Amino acid sequence: MSKLTLNTTPVDARPAPKRSIGAIAWLRANLFQGPINSVLSLLAIWALIAGLTPLIQWAIIDADWIGTSREACSSGGACWVFISARFEQFIYGFYPSELRWRVDLTFVLFAVMIAWLALPRLPAKKLAAVLTLAVFPIVAFYLLHGGLFGMPTVPTHRWGGLMLTLVLAVVGIVAALPIGIVLALGRQSKMPIVKSISVVFIEFWRGVPLITVLFMASVMLPLFVPTEVDMDKLVRALIGITLFQSAYMAEVVRGGLQAIPKGQEEAAAALGMGYWKRMGLIVLPQALKMMIPGIVNTFIALFKDTSLVLIIGLFDLLAIVQAALADADWLGYSIEGYVFVAFVFWIFCFGMSRYSQYLERKLHTGH
Amino acid sequence: MTTPSSPPPRRETPPFWRDPAKRALLFQALMLAALFAVIGFIVSNTLENLDARGITTGFGFLHDTAGFGIVQSLIDYTPQSTYGRTFLVGLLNTLLVSTLGIAAATIIGFLMGIARLSPNWLIARIAGAYVEIFRNIPLLLQIFFWYFAVLRSLPSPRQSMSLGEAVFLNIRGLVVPAPVGGPGFVWTLVALAVAVIAAIVLVRWNRRRQAATGDRLPAGWISAGIIVVLPAVVFIASGMPLTWDIPKLGGFNFSGGITVLPELLALWLALSIYTGAFIAEIVRSGIQAVSKGQTEAARALSLSGGMTLRLVVIPQAMRVIIPPLTSQYLNLIKNSSLATAIGYPDLVSVFAGTTLNQTGQAIEVIMMTMAVYLTLSLLVSMFMNWFNARMALVER
Repeated sequence: MSKLTLNTTPVDARPAPKRSIGAIAWLRANLFQGPINSVLSLLAIWALIAGLTPLIQWAIIDADWIGTSREACSSGGACWVFISARFEQFIYGFYPSELRWRVDLTFVLFAVMIAWLALPRLPAKKLAAVLTLAVFPIVAFYLLHGGLFGMPTVPTHRWGGLMLTLVLAVVGIVAALPIGIVLALGRQSKMPIVKSISVVFIEFWRGVPLITVLFMASVMLPLFVPTEVDMDKLVRALIGITLFQSAYMAEVVRGGLQAIPKGQEEAAAALGMGYWKRMGLIVLPQALKMMIPGIVNTFIALFKDTSLVLIIGLFDLLAIVQAALADADWLGYSIEGYVFVAFVFWIFCFGMSRYSQYLERKLHTGH
Repeated sequence: MTTPSSPPPRRETPPFWRDPAKRALLFQALMLAALFAVIGFIVSNTLENLDARGITTGFGFLHDTAGFGIVQSLIDYTPQSTYGRTFLVGLLNTLLVSTLGIAAATIIGFLMGIARLSPNWLIARIAGAYVEIFRNIPLLLQIFFWYFAVLRSLPSPRQSMSLGEAVFLNIRGLVVPAPVGGPGFVWTLVALAVAVIAAIVLVRWNRRRQAATGDRLPAGWISAGIIVVLPAVVFIASGMPLTWDIPKLGGFNFSGGITVLPELLALWLALSIYTGAFIAEIVRSGIQAVSKGQTEAARALSLSGGMTLRLVVIPQAMRVIIPPLTSQYLNLIKNSSLATAIGYPDLVSVFAGTTLNQTGQAIEVIMMTMAVYLTLSLLVSMFMNWFNARMALVER
């Protein structure tokens, strides 16, 4: 009689077949699934090697990094000396060098405020938002422009470089936000005149290119004000940018308002709240949270668009590099200059777009 | 007899500021008054300022002689033409670069958007890198790069880069052969038009026939055949009346052929690559928005892979893609105004630039320029609304 045995201890798991793990399997699954994909992959690898090798050779291996004049650039690769020699000008423009600590301090303050707002772990977001939107602009203005506590005044025509780019973008967005909120509320209003004024205003600015707005700000705005008012070039550009941006901001705010269920406002009305209380205490606080990714995206667009001020003669980062390229001492290094500007803009924009994607995922809590 | 009852207590009408309807009226009246006050203030200031500078208002300047040349014009233009003519030249140049840019950006965008979803890891990564690099760099910088760093550093016409001794690329631009139609060439074009109409009729008839009988002809192949064969037959029968004007190097420049200005090339490249990156993202999200169940259901109905894509996935994806795609087209048209930074003679450059500087008619010139872009925006958004209404899901 044979004996039946029952083995209750599990057999050790066998390793997965060699064909389905490891680098080879990964290659088979992702690069060489079939004849067409294999050919495509080989072509792509060839193109990458053919394209990147000379690029790395030029930008890193053969490049010159140290020195102060164009004589240092003799290796035939990229001449990053051009960037380092002009670096301060690219950041501060023509800001007097002994006063640059004021710009640095503004940068640091700004970075602290943004970190406070952006990092989810830090507390008291409302206080941070109020400080950033209301207090910081005033502090920044007096720091950059001077004229208070005996700080010498730096006229705006000496501002330039990355600093001016940031000033244009930040002022544009901070000033456009309240106007945008008012316009978006106006667009949703039941009062026909309020509604049509808002719609016409928004669609007008959204329909024209920023260049024509800047042209308008620089040639028409001086005609609109009494003769004795003398407007600064930067102020004119900022007015144009703010009006333009407020229309885009209004659309972002409208998107946020529409995401709030109607029941919220109806419930507030049932509790006897008036219009401004319903909006200010119930709808807007919820909507603002939903709008942050949209605001970041408009900020990215505006940040890139600030480079257009070069056309009306302001020296933002791109304009100041463009001017340096025409310098007789550094002729022929335009690629280095453009790569540097592109790198700076790219770091800012890519970082912000990643942050906005992260927020969208965080806010998208499912239904 | 009824006893006189005391009259019901009269309800006091609330004061008007407690009545929402009256309050709204008052508020709107105040708002209109404020608006008119601001407009009046601006107008009176402007008139005063114009008066002080001795500028007359009005559009009479459009009939004056412009007196400056324009490097590229699609219609006849000489320095003796009027400012009205410069407006037209600029408008046409804007439309030219916008059309070229929209076509190229659409092709690049769709290719890259589909490539981002490729199962091939490397292809998807390359497409992703393209999108992330080019949409995060300002367009103006990209235009400068192509114009100053690439096209302005090309060799002189004598050392041109050439492709088959027919296409030349040098610092003056791209020179390509120009087609010259002979006397009978118009018949080939007529044949092409007839073939296209025939193909459309065939496809429609085939669709009706399929709905009625279930049979279908390979209409795609047949219509492609008609479009190729009919014009080709007419072309050969009429004695091949088409010659190419091949550019020749004479002295310091090329004669003959068509020269594409480096400004146009740079603007076209930058606009298509920049907008293409945004379109790629739109296409990717549009395709991803079609749920996987749709594909699986189509396969379960035994549609082939191609038919699944053509009849099920693409129509639904297009519904998501079209609205943001239109707004990208609008952005491209508006961004073409950056031409002025490198001197391509578009509307902003020749009209809001040179004409404005010569005449000083700031208000009229800027208003006309803005009106053009507003009209284009309105036309495109009207088209978009019409298209959306046509494509919208019919729900119960």
